[in-house]
Amino acid sequence: MNENTEVNKNKEKPATTHKIGIYLWIWGLLFVLSFFSYMVDWYQFQGLLRWSLILFFMFLKAGLIMAFFMHLFWERYALVNVLLWPMTAIACFVGLMVAEGKYTVFTRLIYFVLGE
Amino acid sequence: MSDSSLDNLPKGWKSVPNDLGSDQTAFKGVQWGKAMMWIFLLSDTFIFSCFLISYMKGRASTVVDWPNTSHVFSLDFMGVPVPLLLIAIMTFVLITSSGTMALAVKYGYEKNRKMCGSLILATAIGGLIFVGMQAFEWSKLIHEGVRPWSNPFGAGQFGSYFFMITGFHGTHVSIGVIFLFIFARKVFRGDFDTGRRGFFTTMKSDYVSIEILGLYWHFVDLVWVFIFAFFYLW
Repeated sequence: MNENTEVNKNKEKPATTHKIGIYLWIWGLLFVLSFFSYMVDWYQFQGLLRWSLILFFMFLKAGLIMAFFMHLFWERYALVNVLLWPMTAIACFVGLMVAEGKYTVFTRLIYFVLGE
Repeated sequence: MSDSSLDNLPKGWKSVPNDLGSDQTAFKGVQWGKAMMWIFLLSDTFIFSCFLISYMKGRASTVVDWPNTSHVFSLDFMGVPVPLLLIAIMTFVLITSSGTMALAVKYGYEKNRKMCGSLILATAIGGLIFVGMQAFEWSKLIHEGVRPWSNPFGAGQFGSYFFMITGFHGTHVSIGVIFLFIFARKVFRGDFDTGRRGFFTTMKSDYVSIEILGLYWHFVDLVWVFIFAFFYLW
């Protein structure tokens, strides 16, 4: 995608290198996003705003690292799909455990607090 | 992606059934070692996910208040307690080392031995600083009485999840640092230019190893992004 034609001419060198600018941009963005997510705690945002901001910055950072630092953006879809679809299993597991956690705390409140 | 023979293959979504159903190679243009590293990282993702999900479940189901992390992990700076200061510095150190690693991969493919080696060395030093700060954080918390079974700040589960998750991540960083030093030596010695055969293998060295090493290191940074969000900030 960002193949350097200069490099292509040289048989010794593979065409996998990307321009240095893209790495520096992503690097800078990661710093800025980390700073913002630290600011979420600094200003002590609470409730839904805090959680959504944390998740937003987290997924943005994770996406940038995977797409550009780990080169997934340039890989063929076969590999990308094999790597990303299993994440839905994790999402399902999270959903199950949220329900389970709510049930556990519910029974604990019933037996520990109301039982006394 | 580097192979010009890939240009003739279908692109986009059509490439998925084409590649996976094709002869011999499912992951076109991906060196086998790189594919294996990705598979390993996928399995590692599941392990870390299980840890974080069990932490979520433990925290959600306790009736005791969870310790206030921005208070627990605050650090005194000139007499003023700054919340999460050490964790913020650790995050920045790890991102810095991730950036130097990405550049090392780039210079490796350009066969720029000096830049590649120095950047891997810089990455390793970043990793060492991170592990050092984590050791400092652990000893600070242990001195304050945090144990896997109890702590003075709140719910008793806090300690076990903290030591388990950050310990497992710190182990990954430590292993990464060891490999970074080994590969820095190999790069400086010119193994990847001469195709010198490795100690454990008869295969010729190639700069793709640097990308594989990079994948592991970026993954360590990736996991920290999630730990930082869920354990420290949430």
